[in-house]
Amino acid sequence: MTYSKKLIKIFENPKNVGEIKDANAKARVKSSICGDIMDIYLKIGDNKIEDIKFQTFGCIASIISGSVLTEIVKGKKINDVKKINQKHILRKLNGLPPIKFHCADLALSTLKKAIKDYEKKKGK
Amino acid sequence: MKKIYLDNAATTAVDESVIKAMVPYFNEKYGNASSQHLFGQEAKRAMEESRVIIAKAIGARYDEIYFTSGGTEANNWVIKEIGFANQANDKNHIITTKIEHDCVLNSCNLMEKLGFNVTYLDVDKQGFVNPKDVENAITDKTLLVSVIHGNNEIGTIQDLQSIGRICKEKGVYFHTDACQSFTKVKINVKKIPIDLITLNAHKIHGPKGIGALYIRKGTKIGALLHGGGHEQGLRSGTENIPGIIGFARAVKIANFRDIKKMQELRDKLINGILKSIPDAKLNGPKGNKRLCNNINILFKGVEAEAIGGYLDAKAICSSTGSACSSHTLDPSHVLIAIGLSPEQANSSIRLSLSKFNTKEEINYILKILPKIIKKLRKISVFR
Repeated sequence: MTYSKKLIKIFENPKNVGEIKDANAKARVKSSICGDIMDIYLKIGDNKIEDIKFQTFGCIASIISGSVLTEIVKGKKINDVKKINQKHILRKLNGLPPIKFHCADLALSTLKKAIKDYEKKKGK
Repeated sequence: MKKIYLDNAATTAVDESVIKAMVPYFNEKYGNASSQHLFGQEAKRAMEESRVIIAKAIGARYDEIYFTSGGTEANNWVIKEIGFANQANDKNHIITTKIEHDCVLNSCNLMEKLGFNVTYLDVDKQGFVNPKDVENAITDKTLLVSVIHGNNEIGTIQDLQSIGRICKEKGVYFHTDACQSFTKVKINVKKIPIDLITLNAHKIHGPKGIGALYIRKGTKIGALLHGGGHEQGLRSGTENIPGIIGFARAVKIANFRDIKKMQELRDKLINGILKSIPDAKLNGPKGNKRLCNNINILFKGVEAEAIGGYLDAKAICSSTGSACSSHTLDPSHVLIAIGLSPEQANSSIRLSLSKFNTKEEINYILKILPKIIKKLRKISVFR
């Protein structure tokens, strides 16, 4: 599997790794395609993502996807984040091998699930 | 950065002396072995001398060695052409194992589509086939048993003697894929009752694109390639003379000292990893039932392709049984067969040695690897 130099750089120093102790939302998703697992923690205030962290039992592409996606959405309004789709993230992941697109999906669906978790809690 | 190559189960560096032996056969002695003139005779003589060297290495007669393009071709040949040649008398059953190379498994899948029945035997937790299971699986319809000698992923070396004896008693052809074990584990057809053996060159510092099939005299097998009648009419096509010369040279220079060296490096690396990294487990057996160059380790909680990625960044070349690094996205069928969960299979890496690896390289890996695993465990959802 070959990745671009830019992506390998991200892989070697992924951003926003870890967990948020006082997160107000979190989610775990397991990819039905390759079995990779991702956790995303959210700290949301004023309808904005103040902090976000991820962890993954995942391959190179899943680590890159987690890093890139969390960077994209950090500081953004929830309503804007909800509009993000695969295309947006793949544009940032230019050079990701097509067989790895499902790793970007894993990151995205984990994020969406975490936001749902937040909204569910808020609705209560 | 100096590159460290630890993927010798995939392929090896061609030995300098092999290259040297091959070169004249490209542009000086380039004859077609079927030609009657001087060039042809020269090529033919060199080819037959090579055949003798390879035959001797397994105790066979020279006319029981048939050159092929490699291991995949030889394995395809056995599964298909033993099947077709022997099905006439109501025989349609093939027995193999769940840990074969894909070329055996996919050939067997084809045979199933064509109406054959195939039994895929289980193995134990270390990858051993129980000869009793072979015996129990044989019916009066069985025509072939095919078991890989040294496993390419976890290094398990099978007991060919016991399985061969059973096959001989029952009158069933017995084949082994010896691509990984050839010259590393002794195999002598005078002692082991075996009918067919797949051999190849590029795993033993020979060139790619050349292999051989040992076919015991009297074995009923059809031709693989039809044409000008090369290889006693069973495998037509102009012989790959430089490849054959290189193959024989690689067999000739293989020696016990190199095996011993690989064994020592293997055990140093295995023991070093298990000692310095928590929650690491060896896949496959320990000791002399394991190929001298194979290391396969499960690192709990981390994905193998990611380990491979960080190793690659340090110019260390490894291989994974991980779904994520293959074309199929399925976890390794071999690791699943020895009882690993898909997650565990996806957490396993293979490091395979050659005679060219050094103690210094092993020390370097032992320095780097614990840091990589630590870093990935920090990223992992499993703590």
